Amino acid sequence: MSYTIDGWELVIGLEVHAQVTSQAKLFSGAATAFGAAPNSQVSFVDAGMPGMLPVINGECVAQAVRTGLGLNAEIHLWSRFDRKNYFYADLPQGYQISQFAHPIVGKGEVEITLADGSTKTIGITRLHLEQDAGKSLHDQHAAKSFIDLNRSGVALMEIVSEPDMRSPEEAGAYLTKLRQIMRYLGTCDGNMDEGSLRADVNVSVRKPGEGFRTRCEVKNVNSIRFVMQAVEAEARRQIEVWESGGTVEQETRLFDTGRGVTRSMRSKEDAHDYRYFPDPDLPPLVFTQDFVDGLKAGLPELPDARRARYVAMGLSPYDAHVLTLEKDTAVFFEEVAQGRDAKLAANWVTGDYFAALNRLKRDVSDSPVSARHLGRLLDLIADGTISGKIAKDVFEIMLEADEDPAAIVESRGLKQVKDTGAIEAAADAVLAANADKVAEFRSGKDKLFGFFIGQVMKAMQGKGNPALVNEVLKAKLQG
Amino acid sequence: MLTELTVAGALKALKSGETNAVELAEAHLRAIEALNPRLNAYVTLHAEQTLDAARESDARKQRGALEGIPLGLKDLFCTEGVRTTAGSKILGNFVPPYESTVTAKLKAAGAVSLGKLNLDEFAMGSTNSNSAHGPTINPWSSDNRKLVPGGSSGASAAAVAARLAPGTMATDTGGSIRQPAAFCGVAGIKPTYGRVSRWGIIAYASSLDQAGPMARTVEDCAILLREMAGHDPKDSTSADVPVPDFATACGRSVKGMRIGVPAEYRLEGLSPEIARVWDQGLEWLKEAGAEIVPISLPHTKHALATYYIVAPAEASSNLARYDGVRYGLRVAGQGDGLNDLYERSRAAGFGAEVQRRILIGTYVLSAGYYEAYYLKAQKLRALIRRDFEQAWESCDAILTPATPTAAFALDDQPSDPVTMYLNDVFTITANLAGIPGISVPAGLSAEGLPLGLQILGRPFEEESLFAAGAALERAANFTAKPGMVA
Repeated sequence: MSYTIDGWELVIGLEVHAQVTSQAKLFSGAATAFGAAPNSQVSFVDAGMPGMLPVINGECVAQAVRTGLGLNAEIHLWSRFDRKNYFYADLPQGYQISQFAHPIVGKGEVEITLADGSTKTIGITRLHLEQDAGKSLHDQHAAKSFIDLNRSGVALMEIVSEPDMRSPEEAGAYLTKLRQIMRYLGTCDGNMDEGSLRADVNVSVRKPGEGFRTRCEVKNVNSIRFVMQAVEAEARRQIEVWESGGTVEQETRLFDTGRGVTRSMRSKEDAHDYRYFPDPDLPPLVFTQDFVDGLKAGLPELPDARRARYVAMGLSPYDAHVLTLEKDTAVFFEEVAQGRDAKLAANWVTGDYFAALNRLKRDVSDSPVSARHLGRLLDLIADGTISGKIAKDVFEIMLEADEDPAAIVESRGLKQVKDTGAIEAAADAVLAANADKVAEFRSGKDKLFGFFIGQVMKAMQGKGNPALVNEVLKAKLQG
Repeated sequence: MLTELTVAGALKALKSGETNAVELAEAHLRAIEALNPRLNAYVTLHAEQTLDAARESDARKQRGALEGIPLGLKDLFCTEGVRTTAGSKILGNFVPPYESTVTAKLKAAGAVSLGKLNLDEFAMGSTNSNSAHGPTINPWSSDNRKLVPGGSSGASAAAVAARLAPGTMATDTGGSIRQPAAFCGVAGIKPTYGRVSRWGIIAYASSLDQAGPMARTVEDCAILLREMAGHDPKDSTSADVPVPDFATACGRSVKGMRIGVPAEYRLEGLSPEIARVWDQGLEWLKEAGAEIVPISLPHTKHALATYYIVAPAEASSNLARYDGVRYGLRVAGQGDGLNDLYERSRAAGFGAEVQRRILIGTYVLSAGYYEAYYLKAQKLRALIRRDFEQAWESCDAILTPATPTAAFALDDQPSDPVTMYLNDVFTITANLAGIPGISVPAGLSAEGLPLGLQILGRPFEEESLFAAGAALERAANFTAKPGMVA
């Protein structure tokens, strides 16, 4: 069933700006760390000083190629930088160096997974490299604007999708997937709250079977949730315009996150004429297929491949999907599963472990329990040292201080009792105290067996080996 | 007279101990003091700094290739701690916290800066009268007739001619070294694009700008160019090619060299004087053993139009950074918004010619005009480059006049900018094609003003230019001096 609003179909395309993970800026040697003091990471090039010239940072080029490979895209061995000219106080050169006519990466595609387990392929139109601008701060002084140029010149990848998405969920899943791929590759940290990943959302609506109608662009949406909300809000606005007999005008809009509506930023008539032309300071960017092949050989395993591998290890497609969403999670899971029962490891990670993270508001990167210790806990279950039930108690204790579970079991005397004598004694005591229930059982009330098991385990503070308890009770009741 | 020494002569005199850097610097500073008020060549002087540098040079044990040589610098080179204006009000009293690659290399070779030289604002002009500092006067002027020195490196040429420096640093985007060299009777070379780093030189048109030396002899240009040239990782358009000893090439014979004569440069209405000097130059090279071959550069007629689209387009973007926000002139009224700040600062800071070129450049890059102007100009540029590539199949260098006329009077300047642009007609093609060109003084007009010849060569074959230029120089034996001279 395809997604519609009042019989209208949505057409969505995304332009994503992803900050390249690199030590230095795209065309200068200045550093790129987030959160540094204002104007402390600015070279003469970034400040647009007279006579300064840009020099391409090879690592940023490699990162763009890696990302292109991760998007199954064509890599262009010849590309070119253009100048996009406009005046703004946080754009010191008066132009942004970008790739307009000849991007470094061409057509590609990514597969997204939706909540119902279905998948869909979203086309990538292009990826190009460009400089970020600085930041204008309008709230520091009553009559003045302040400018921070730390971000000026930082490398961005602009990734443009085809208008292939048809619902807010698909837009969210696409952005999630893009972020996932780049985090796996280490090409963008994907921290949307720090501005490392921002999306411009293009939305139009149409009746099923129609061609495209006029689209609007919602600029600079900075979370996946807001992207989904902006898509819906903008679609609803356009539907209302069409249904009231009006015409949607092409324009740039902003998403008001507080009110959940989009509002006009500038119309097509006010659109800038950017006067793009090839940057004469930079020769075309040319590299060899060998360079690309070398980067390809060094690529880490990507989420789709990893997910397939997990399914082959015996995990359910759902568990495989959940465990590969974040690279950190996958790495954590693999350490837990290393040399152990993968299914058991997956159950523990997606079950008790995720629940604990949720409860403690932590994430894998700042995990309360190390993968090594969680693995050991599974070993203790596997070798019968503790039962699965005791393991849950041990896990709770581990959450407090990330101790070695073996030490916890030892110091707290949680080791499973495998001594049949002790179990028999406990069983005898339970049976003697519940003679009426024993009689009922013997007259055919089989269900009471569970009651006896529970009582014996309780008497043994849960430490009885379940199989042995079972065996002993069975023998005594039937004997 | 120490100010009469050429670069080569001064190097010899310094080496033999006949003079020292301080004496040389002092002699030139005295000459500047005497003549500069009339010529307006230097716009920034720093005598103490100059003398300190000269003293350090004299004390230096490890001698550089230009040890103790005083030089003037076009005020387009950023100089650390020394005001750099580009001849514009928009830069105010901008003092760069960095040194251009070229001037840093010269300093490292032991050269001593005398000061900064006037120019047409942002190197846009052919007269050196488009300057916030006022016009520079050609030292060949007579008392009742002030002549322009050419432009944009007019003061760089005038200073050398008037003996206010044995050599100067200049830049050439459409002829800005070669045309003033011809007007002032000195030598000047625009090297191959990419031969000299552009880092730290205030940009006019990045794909055309190239720095080069001016001096009184071809050999001096060769000595200076060797120290300026070389690959610079800070300039992505700088070429990673070896730098030969250009001075050696000045002594090389031109026997067997094929000198091309482009039919298209014999313009209708070419002054008979210029035609005569051109023919004379061909005769001299022939006598020296060169072979003269007629060639064709069929797209020459489009060169001016192409240049006046490409250069303003790049300039309109390069000059966008002068916005009154971070440095230089800021003009803002109470309650002005950002756009008011831009408009007021740029209207007050840029002169008429700069504003004209920014407007032209903005226009030719605009949506709807880009294809008709900028893109077409790029195609023509490729054809002009191809003209030369084809010419090199039948010749090794090309001889042309450097300018269509001798220096004209400050008061006789054409008021129509297009007529003014015709001054660059012979020089502009070298910038569009990226090839080297040298201007050498070859004779005097009937009025007694210098006339120059230009030699063009293959990319990175400046040595051919030095060989042919030195041959012309020997034959011409140009010894005339301007009226205003130290």
